[in-house]
Formats: sequence, C-alpha cells, structure tokens
Amino acid sequence: MTGTDEPIEEMLAPYPDLVKKNRKKHLIVKNESAECCPQIEANTRTIPGIISQRGCAYAGCKGVVVAPIKDMITITHGPVGCGYYSWGTRRNKARADDTTPKDKIYSQLCFITDMQEPDIVFGGEKKLAKMIDEVVAAFHPRAINICATCPVGLIGDDINAVAKAAMERHGIQVLAYNCEGYKGVSQSAGHHIANNNLMQNVIGTGTERKAGKHVINILGEYNIGGDGWELERILTECGYTVNSILTGDSSYLDIKNLHLADLNLVQCHRSINYIAEMMETKYGIPWLKVNFIGINATNESLRNLARCFNDPELAEQTEIVIARETARVTAVLDQYRKICQGKTAFAFVGGSRSHHYQYLLRDLGMEVVVAGYEFAHRDDYEGRQVIPTIKSDADSKNIPELHLTPDPERYREAHEYLNLTKEEYEALKKDVPLSYYEGLYPNLKAGELMIDDANHHEVEELVARLKPDLIFSGVRDKYIAHKLGVASKQLHSYDYAGPYAGYGGAINFAQDVANALSTPAWKLITPPWEKENTEGSESHA
Amino acid sequence: MLECIPEGPVEHTTGKINPAKTCQPLGAMYAALGIHGCLPHSHGSQGCCAYHRMHLTRHFRDPVMASSSSFTEGASVFGGAANLKTSIKNVFAIYNPEIMAVHTTCLSETIGDDLPNIIKTAEIPEGKAVIHVNTPSYQGSHITGFSGMCKAMVSYLAQSDSAVKKSQMNVLPGFVNPGDMREIRRIVDALGVKMIMFPDTSGVLDTPLTSRYQMYPDGGTTVAEIRDSGNSEVTLALGAFASHDAADVLQEKCGVTGIPLRLPIGIKATDDFIMAVKDWFGVEIPKSLTLERGQVIDTLIDTHFHYQGKRVAVFGDPDHVIALTEFLLAMGMVPVYVLTGTPGKAFEAEINKMLTDAGITGARVKAEGDLFELQQWIKEAPVDLLIGTSYGKYIARAEDVPFVRFGFPILDRAVHPLMPVVGYRGCLRLIEQISNALLDRRDRDCLDEDFELVL
Repeated sequence: MTGTDEPIEEMLAPYPDLVKKNRKKHLIVKNESAECCPQIEANTRTIPGIISQRGCAYAGCKGVVVAPIKDMITITHGPVGCGYYSWGTRRNKARADDTTPKDKIYSQLCFITDMQEPDIVFGGEKKLAKMIDEVVAAFHPRAINICATCPVGLIGDDINAVAKAAMERHGIQVLAYNCEGYKGVSQSAGHHIANNNLMQNVIGTGTERKAGKHVINILGEYNIGGDGWELERILTECGYTVNSILTGDSSYLDIKNLHLADLNLVQCHRSINYIAEMMETKYGIPWLKVNFIGINATNESLRNLARCFNDPELAEQTEIVIARETARVTAVLDQYRKICQGKTAFAFVGGSRSHHYQYLLRDLGMEVVVAGYEFAHRDDYEGRQVIPTIKSDADSKNIPELHLTPDPERYREAHEYLNLTKEEYEALKKDVPLSYYEGLYPNLKAGELMIDDANHHEVEELVARLKPDLIFSGVRDKYIAHKLGVASKQLHSYDYAGPYAGYGGAINFAQDVANALSTPAWKLITPPWEKENTEGSESHA
Repeated sequence: MLECIPEGPVEHTTGKINPAKTCQPLGAMYAALGIHGCLPHSHGSQGCCAYHRMHLTRHFRDPVMASSSSFTEGASVFGGAANLKTSIKNVFAIYNPEIMAVHTTCLSETIGDDLPNIIKTAEIPEGKAVIHVNTPSYQGSHITGFSGMCKAMVSYLAQSDSAVKKSQMNVLPGFVNPGDMREIRRIVDALGVKMIMFPDTSGVLDTPLTSRYQMYPDGGTTVAEIRDSGNSEVTLALGAFASHDAADVLQEKCGVTGIPLRLPIGIKATDDFIMAVKDWFGVEIPKSLTLERGQVIDTLIDTHFHYQGKRVAVFGDPDHVIALTEFLLAMGMVPVYVLTGTPGKAFEAEINKMLTDAGITGARVKAEGDLFELQQWIKEAPVDLLIGTSYGKYIARAEDVPFVRFGFPILDRAVHPLMPVVGYRGCLRLIEQISNALLDRRDRDCLDEDFELVL
C-alpha cells in the first residue's frame, strides 16, 4: 500500500454503507510511527451475502482438531454432507508407530449417521447409538468422537447422553462435541470446543511418561504434508523426546499422556492456545510460541527452545543441528532465490500461516504485502496482551469457557518443569515468547496491509491495485488468482506437496514457489495473432 | 492401506461408512452455475457454502463463486429471513449478478424458513431475478439437489408465450462435466437443430486463462433462454435422476413434450439420443456422426480381447452408472457389483433388468449403498476392474484392483472435466481408459518372459 488509506477507500466504495462501515474496521495499514497495533475488528460475524473464505464450527472441530487423531473413530452425527466434505481433504498424514498398529488407524475413513427426514422429525439419538454399537463391533476402536452438525442442536438430540450410555455399554471413551455449524462465527469456535473436550476428558488420564531427558509436546501442528514428521526429526536430533504432536499423526493413547511433558510448543496459536493455556493453569506446564516455517524462524525457535532447558549439552547439540541443516539448505535456497527475489505476495489463510510464512518468504527474498487471516481473533493480529480487553459478544458467549484450577497432585511451578529457578524463568520470559504470542502486526513493514476475513471483492480489488506476483490462499481462491494471471499456491494443502516446515520443508516450498512463478506457460498466455496487434504492450509475453 | 477394515462380514445397517453420495445443496449449487450471470446462494451457515465451493473447485479446478446467508446461532433461533434479505441486498449491490439461485441447507430447513415469502418481500433490483429450491440435506443426494434446481429454473422462469411452439428443443444434460455439455452441443449442432440446453456449465467451469478475470464468465444458459424453453417443441431429458423431473414440470407448465432418455454414455444411449432428435425433427444424420459411430464399433471389435469377460465393479451417480453399465455390457464385460449412493429403487430395477437381459446372474446391485459395503463385496469375491470416483482409489489400492476414474468427483486427476464421456467420442475415451488400465496391470504383473511389445 502507499501508506495512505486512499486505495482502501476506493476498494470499499462499491459497498452499501453498513457493509463499508463494518469492513473498514477489519483493515489496518501498518504505520511505522504507531507504537502498538491499532485495534482490528476480528472474530465477528461475516456479513450475510459477502463471499467470505470462512467455514464453520464443525469444520474447525472435526475437520481441523479432532479428525487427525488416528486411532479414534470420528462419527459425524448429521446428514451426509459434512462428514463427506471433511473426509480426506486436509492432508493430515498418519502412520503406524510403537503404540498404534496399522489396523488401529481410522483417519482415512468417513463415518456418518446420514440422518434422514424421520431422524430430523423424531430424533436421531437411537440411530447414533446403533451406529456406535455397529462400529465398535466391526472395528474395535480405542475411543470414539461424535461431532454434531447443524440440525443436531436444533432438534435437541442429546449426544452427550448417547455418548455416556455408549461408554457404559462398551467400556471405551466416547466423546461428544457440540460443534454445530452455526456456533460462533467461523472455524475458530470449533477449535475451542474441541480443545475444551480433549482437555476435560482425555489429557491427564494417562500415566506413562515417555523416556527422555527433555520431553516436549508440539501443539497446533496438524502434520499437513508431513510437517510434523520433519519437526519431529529435527527436534529428536537436537535431543528432545517428542511426546505427542497435537493433533497431527497423534493417537488417543498419546493425548492421554499429554500432561507428562516438560514444555508445550505452540505452532498454530489460534487453534490450540486454549489447551496450552489450560495445561499451564492445571499442571503448570509452560508453553513456548514457536514458528518452524522458514530457516531463520526455525533456527530462532530452536535456540529459544534450547534456552528454556538450561542444559549446555542440549544447547550445543542444537547449534550443531542448526549449523549442519542451515548449510545444507542455504545452498539449495540460493538457487530458488534467483527466481523469487523481489517478488511480492498476498497471504490469506488460517489463523497463523499468513504470519509464519512471511519468514520463509523473506528467506527467499519475497515480501508479503497483504496478509490476512480467515478466522483469527484480535490477539493473533495484535498480540496476546490485548486478550483482557477483548469484549465477548453473543457469538463468543455460546462457546463454553472452562475455568480450571491447579491440579492438587500434579501442579508444579513452570520453572520446575524446566529445571530453572523462578528468577531464571522470569528472566527467560523477557527474552523468549513463553506464554506469549506477539501476533502478526509487528512483523509487517510500513505500508503493508493487514486484513481480517478478506472477501472476494476485496481480494480482486487488491490484486488489481497492487499486482502481486503470487497469492497464497485456499483452493477456492486459487483458480481465481490464476484467471487474474497471478500465480498461486494453496497454503492449507500445499497443492498436495510438502512438507513445508523445518529445513527439508523450506527446500520443498522454495522449489514449489519458484516453479509456480516461472512455469513456462505464463509466457504463452497471449496467442501470437494477438501479439502482432498489441506489440510491445505485454512485456511478459 | 485400510488395514482397519474387517475381513469377514460385519453388521452394517446404520449410517454410512465411506459414503458414495453427498448432500443436496452441492448439486443445486452446480446446476445454478450453469445459468449465465448467476450467483448461487446457500441459505445456511457459511460452512456449507465453504464446503460446496471447495468440493466443486477441487473437481473442476476453476473458480466456483457462491454466497452464503452466514447464519449464526441467533439466526438459527429467530429464523433466517433477515439474513437472506440482507444477502440479497448485498449480493446485488456488490456482485451484481443477473440472477441469484438460492438453495437451502439442513439448518434453514430444520428451522423451517419460508423461502418463497422471504424472497417475495426482499428488495430485488428491477430486471434481476431470484429463484430458489428447497434442498434439505437429509433427503436424497447431490443428484436430487441438482434435479431440484433444474425444476426451480423451469417453475420460476420458463414461459409459454409464443402462439405456436418454436422449432427448437430443450436438452437437460444432467449432472455432467462442461466437456460433456460441449460435446452434446457439438452433436446437436451437427444435426442442425436449434437447442436450449440448461443448465450449461461449459464456458463457466472450463474457462480459458487470459489474465482477464470474469466473475460471471461468458458461458451458461441465459435467463432469456431458460424463459424461452417453454416455447420449445420438445425436451430431451438426459438421466432419470437428474433431469426427468424438470422435463415433467416443463411439460405440465408449458406443454413442452418431454422425452425421457438415459445419459448419452455408450453406443446405445448415444444412438437413442440421436434417434430422438431425428424422429422429432426429421433431420438427416450427417456423415460425420455415422463415421464417429463406425469408429467406435471398429475399436470395440479391434480391442475386445483386452476387456471382454472381465469382472467389473462400478459405483457413482445413478444416471452415470446406469448408462455406463449398459456400455460395459456392450463391451462384453461382466458388471458384478453396481452401486450408487443416491437412494432410489428404480436404479436397482433398471440395472437388474439390464443384467438379466445380458444373462448375468449373481451380481450385487444397490442404491443408497456406501463404499465400505462395496469393499466388503470385493474382499469376498474380487473383481478385475473398479470404475468410479476418486474415492475408489482407497479400495483399488487396498484390494490391488486396476481403477478407472469416472463420474463426480474426480479430485486427484486433472483435465477430465474438459474431456467428454458422452457421445461416440466419449465411447472411445472410455474404451481407451478401461483398456489401458487392464493392460497397464498386465504389463506390471507379468513375468519378464511374458512382457510383450505388441498387445
């Protein structure tokens, strides 16, 4: 942006007054002279009729958080669609491990009660109970999730009662999630609902701590394209034991033992900060905000992490890994930087990725000039210090807040988990993001635009005005970008490639981005017979 | 792959495991995209619209635009009228379509929103139209939703306002790809008959890349054409599940004769389509079509030993599967498992009759089935080939069966929406795909000494 509000005013001009007034509050141009981030409106209702990128609470609960748990069967209670659309589309990879054999992995299957009209009229509880019985008899899962869709809440099916009865019948845990699609204003409500249930009923029920000197969890990492595996590789080489990744490639058994770790790493703040915070309240386990997207970002996160443990051997090994991996990747990235250098991008994804990927893109010499989240809250933009000032509204009030207290038997002070004195821990907190996320804003450069819940009209206008070289988005906007003549990469699904996290991931990403920018067909758009008439007008062709 | 699937028979009477259908609103959205200048609108929570747009986008790899009433809990309690009225106002102000095609969701249906009344009292700009269809997700399937939106086009828009019927025909193409719709148009053009085809997603979901984005691409049937469909002499309705209902309404409302046909997939169904045009309009069949047909017969004779006698499992949408099964029988193949996710006993009756006529016994045929069940059947008695949507790839890998992708959706391969499976050219494509899948398997599995250059 030019640093003035003029382009924004022009972009908003076609809107009816109420829409204009509303949308203006969701747009912030970075102003270097402002000391802190101006307030952005976020996590509020999308205006009806506006073509938004947002999904629903069910998508956030079932699709994002719950479905990746590989050894649980997740039954969607509802008509066929919701379960069907969230089947196999999020690329959260899973494989067998020491505790979960191949025949206990269900994440490539879709289970749905397929409610029919009589179920809507007379209630679907019996059908749900019967399906649970059949599924238990046929598959013998360790535990079951039940995710509600819109009509379930409306007709008053008591899925919690069905779950409780099934638990008694079968002797396995059955969790019910009231994640009806109309709850909240986006996927975000569903993340919260899923976090609450796992915290309340699963985390803390196990007793087996994994062997290792420094045992950590990675929260908010969904193993899209194998990201979690790359992180596990790096962290293991540094000397950590990864207890569980929540929820990418995770198992129910591992989540039960989630509290038996020394530190929680938080990758996607939006979707999982509730569990991080609640585990800190209940068990005292500290959490550290990390970002493993980008070489410099990964190095910084690893160093921050090593500092948490006050272990010279760990710090040394971390530096060895950083040096070796950085050297290995830098040479490769240099090749791709030749193509990427100086290019600009838009990023409209998620509640973290539009921030995280800025680091990796800067490693490649690219700059994100417009960054937006679909379903973030103010703290994801402005930093967690604003949380006490966020006003709850009718939509956020219908998501229950758990009020936990310290577990009398298990609670320890955060510093004890890390083998630090209280003073050392407090000093450390000033240097590394323990229990803190600074949000997207500080990382922007002056004049760059931060946009919440960007919609079709705005994206189209911004592309026309700012002419980015690449758009990072979801699949719905991907092909719009192409029609506009702009390269695009999906940052939810990585265009079916990956991993993009860590060192190995940076190479994959650089190659994919360079290919998207340079694929020869971009130079073939204008047919030769049109070139003759417009010679010189299209320099790229 | 899928090691968790039980080996032996299990009780599975309730719900779906690995469904072979999806919900009505998706079909309604797809049909609406086949109207020129139309913005489909999903009256429900925004998650539905997000899912449908994503799913269609993944199949077509082209922009799929649609808006949503973005229900929150408040709207779910107090009704969605205000959300829909605000949507209509905002959509015309910001996105300016010619027409909005609204479909409902299980949310707005369960709370009982009265769409006709809401639309009647909404602010709709002069010259613009809003149509609607009720598509509760707890009935039918995406095919039923498609059929419903086609009916809505007729009941809202079609008019019989010329003194005598015009010498033109309507074609309801069914839930097929834009490439199929282009092929239908090519065949009809060759026959020299004026046609109104609706919906028509060619030019909407197979658009070129020019660096000039059009929110409403050039393609699609115009509202004026759909209005004029009431003045046509005849409607060819392709596919019982997706198209026959709309043709019935058009016959009732405007007196346009409806001729129910199968989707023109395979020799016989394509012959029937062409003969229906010939019989009604008395046109001569051009040599070009006779030649195309002859090429298919030539290819069938030349290649029959690649596939004849092979046991094949087919699943997908009912109209597609019915027509394809007929063609597989014409190829000398043996369909042993035939399944659709869409409910409808007519499907089972039609397939069973075909199989009986072909002397095939012991086949399993099921409507409203799921892929878990299909996999159980295949485990019990294997097949040589599986034909179906991308979801079949898990079964194909787990059970080590060659696989041909066919129908909707295909999410893991590109170009298919542009390549027709209808008409005689479609026959050649299907023969090639089936033949290649079986020969690739033979080349992969055979001993070195059996590996041959010429097959």
